[in-house]
Amino acid sequence: MAQIGRRIAAIAALLVTIAACGGSTGTTSQTDVGITSNSILLGNTIALSGPAAAYGTIANAENAYFTYVNNNQGGVNGRKITFKILDDVYNPAQTVPLTKQLVEQDKVFAMFSGLGTQAQTSVRDYLNTQKVPQLFVATGATTFMLDYPQHNYTIGWQPPYQGEARIYAKDVLAKHSGAKIGVLYQNDDYGQDYLKGLTDGLGSNASMIVDKESYDVTAASTASQLATLKAKGADTVFLFTTPAFTIKSLAIITALHWEPTIYLNSVSNPQVYMGIAAKAGAALKNVTSVGYIKDPTDPQWAADEGMKLYKQVIANCTTCNVNDGFNIYGVAVAWTMVDVLKQAGSNMTRANVMSIAGTQLNETNNPFLLPGVVVKTTSSDHFPITQEQVITWSGTGWTLSGTTIDERGTLK
Amino acid sequence: MLQRLRTTPPRYWLVVVVVLFFLGLPTVIDSFQAGEWAQALILAIAIMGLNILVGYSGQLSLGHGAFMALGAYTSAVLAHRYKMDYLLTIPIAGLLTGLIGFLFGIPALRLSALYLALATFALAVVAPSLIKRPVELTGGVQGISLPPVEPMTSDQWVYYVTLAFALLLFWLAWNLVRHRSGRAMRAIRDGEVAAAASGVNIAGYKTLAFGISALYAGIAGSLFGMATSFVSPDTFPVSLSIQLLVGVVIGGLASIPGPLIGGIFAYFLPIESNQWVPTQTWIPSQIASTVVKAGPAVSYGAVLILIMIFAPNGIVGLITAGYTRLRRRLQGAADREAGQMPPDAQTIS
Amino acid sequence: MQEFLQQVVSGIAQGAIFASLALALVLIYNAMGLVNFAQGEMAMLATFVAFTLINRGVNYWIALPVTVVIAFAGGVAIQRIVIRPVERAPLLTLVIITLGLATLLNGLAGAVFGYVPRSFPSPFSVQTVEILGAFVSYRDLGVIAVSGVVLLAIYLLLQRTTVGLTLRAAAHHPEASRLLGVHVSWMLALGWGLASAVGAVSGIMVAPIILLEPNMMQTIIIYAFAAAVLGGIESPLGAVVGGLIVGVTVNLCWC
Repeated sequence: MAQIGRRIAAIAALLVTIAACGGSTGTTSQTDVGITSNSILLGNTIALSGPAAAYGTIANAENAYFTYVNNNQGGVNGRKITFKILDDVYNPAQTVPLTKQLVEQDKVFAMFSGLGTQAQTSVRDYLNTQKVPQLFVATGATTFMLDYPQHNYTIGWQPPYQGEARIYAKDVLAKHSGAKIGVLYQNDDYGQDYLKGLTDGLGSNASMIVDKESYDVTAASTASQLATLKAKGADTVFLFTTPAFTIKSLAIITALHWEPTIYLNSVSNPQVYMGIAAKAGAALKNVTSVGYIKDPTDPQWAADEGMKLYKQVIANCTTCNVNDGFNIYGVAVAWTMVDVLKQAGSNMTRANVMSIAGTQLNETNNPFLLPGVVVKTTSSDHFPITQEQVITWSGTGWTLSGTTIDERGTLK
Repeated sequence: MLQRLRTTPPRYWLVVVVVLFFLGLPTVIDSFQAGEWAQALILAIAIMGLNILVGYSGQLSLGHGAFMALGAYTSAVLAHRYKMDYLLTIPIAGLLTGLIGFLFGIPALRLSALYLALATFALAVVAPSLIKRPVELTGGVQGISLPPVEPMTSDQWVYYVTLAFALLLFWLAWNLVRHRSGRAMRAIRDGEVAAAASGVNIAGYKTLAFGISALYAGIAGSLFGMATSFVSPDTFPVSLSIQLLVGVVIGGLASIPGPLIGGIFAYFLPIESNQWVPTQTWIPSQIASTVVKAGPAVSYGAVLILIMIFAPNGIVGLITAGYTRLRRRLQGAADREAGQMPPDAQTIS
Repeated sequence: MQEFLQQVVSGIAQGAIFASLALALVLIYNAMGLVNFAQGEMAMLATFVAFTLINRGVNYWIALPVTVVIAFAGGVAIQRIVIRPVERAPLLTLVIITLGLATLLNGLAGAVFGYVPRSFPSPFSVQTVEILGAFVSYRDLGVIAVSGVVLLAIYLLLQRTTVGLTLRAAAHHPEASRLLGVHVSWMLALGWGLASAVGAVSGIMVAPIILLEPNMMQTIIIYAFAAAVLGGIESPLGAVVGGLIVGVTVNLCWC
């Protein structure tokens, strides 16, 4: 009797042990397409040639940062990042087949930092249907962040153009409340997005805008539009234009013997461009803009740890100009990408990474962004960066004024 | 029946082989590659249309991208705004574009080759801006996003629809060229005065050529919208019109198979040169990186120039010339074996 | 009224830019009966050559003539290498070749120099001068002045010299000219060289205003075509007048 009892107890003990062993799966790592035990494959389409090729250096800067992480940190959790970049010549007709190739032939884990509003819109539906993350697209078009609920495999990164324009609106109302505003904007999604932000931001004061003039990217010059704005009595002018046109417009404004208060957008404000404008005859008086990334040509960051890291990283890219604002942008967004991958830990599935990027980001220590700027998303807010700081041109450089202004929650 | 099969020229068998090849292609390649071949066929259709205009009736157009845009947007607007079934919109887009092309052909009659080239070039340049104007209709700069047409393996479905249209349109073109209209057009191309003297209705055929070529471009544009599920002003830049002209010339002017080769070439060259070149280890890295950085532009330009210099009749011309020479060689060899003298050098034309 | 005047003055300044390139187009047409779609890209490349020289420390006033000479040589070389094999080909072949050349040169410039816009020095200051209440910069006036000088030079060359006469003869009546002992092929090369040189001058003059980058001539050339065609494709004076008209029209009605 006692023997049976002991046997039963022994068997029971054995069974419990076996059950205990078999039951705990622990944390087995999960992977997905594009992930192997030692690599992560990311895909990108960008304009490397053709009219918009000036942006192409962004992808090279991003790759430089990934190279740095691979060499100095052994990759992310032991996996090295491979970044495949394809040239879509800024033409959505090319973006579609190249993206399909990256997804279906190269089998990338995710698409990262695709450039161009039309280009990325053209592949948004496809990527969302295929459930391939379209991460941190390189455009400030508000739709990529605003429409996350309808396309939850797509997320932007940089401040939305509308948000930026609202900051300008706030600044104008605070500092020049009686201003007569003239707007010069590029007649495409870029310019129109900015214009909407400004108009919305002015709200009931939208009548401050006395005239708005548009131009097509194929225009030879904006002289005509600026002359009209001047004739309509504008004393404050907004330039929602791409860099080349901004530079020329600044020169034309001075040539017209006109000295309005000038607001120009963040895409056009790298110091290099201001230098070119000065040589072309622009007086650059009373110029305001906003920034959210440290400018490599700004001497105040010379000893900054983040800037030093940037310079070390960018050395990995032989064709990148260290002073080009686009390059530090690339490194900054690549930093966020690596941050997200690290957060995913051993759960390297597309769904998890997308969920982190779209709803769980809380990055407060990006070394390349201005102090205080955070990269944050929640389940109800999908605008990663919404803070920018007003900067004014001092004649030799940009001076940060005030503190960062946050447009979080204002865009619906 | 068997008699007929035996006496059909080899050319017809070649056509059968090619058709079978295209019918079976999607079964051996990836889904998205089928989508790429569909795009090449789409270009081939547009190039066929342009070929009718340039190769057969001798009028130069540098603006056929604009006609493609018209076709694409017609379909997109009908499908998106008026919820029409997409397949139905394709022939409508084609007919509308064909009509516009026909109307365009009327003032074009007055322009000499050079001015026509410039005028159509101007059309291609302003097309994106014109598209942006009526914002409510065209969606302006945002473009129009079309829902995917079929839920599963849509790439293959797109391919087969495109192939069906391509076969139909190529067959129509072949008939057109073989019969009176084709002869009239070629007569006009080779000498307007002589053609007029022979009673050919110059104005009628020239405008007809414009209309037909625009119709082809319109259908191609419509299919293009279906293939990419997205149309926007930037998808029809000036470079598209140039790409079409390149395809015409490279394939071979005034030939039916030419546009097919031209379309394949025009579509795959930019993509492949960018990606194939860096993987070739025998190309020194300096050259390789410059080629990649320069984008498709450099390879396009270089190939274009080389082909124009060395093979002005395009690839089809090269093949036919080579084939003729080969036949003559074989003929000569057969004659020699049979004891006959080889043909006199002067008699070979 | 003030605004109208300003628009007209700005229009004239812009028109001068178009006219300066249109002159090169007219020269090619006079030499070959062909419109060269690559003219803008050749001018752009020449300007980049000047930029490289100036960057290496060469004085602007030495770099300028050196570049013009290099451009001339380049034009001749292109004619010899690329155009001569197809001299007697139909118009379409030549058009395609110039299109191919344009794409090639643009891609090459992009690959070698990158696409970031750069500033280019000008002998004229950026100061503006006031004319009846409208403002125009010395640089714009400079373009107008230089275009006028080039126009005069071309006119004198084509109409008043034997070389010019031979050039035109070779273009319009190649067979007859050959019979008269004119080396037609070299006349064509000369035409290409001259057009390229004129294009270089145009590029160097306008780059300070429109910023130096590989795509700088792409909008300009379309308007330059319009200007040349408007003025009668053969007449240099027509090209200049056409350019001014196009410039003013575009400014007054930028629809």
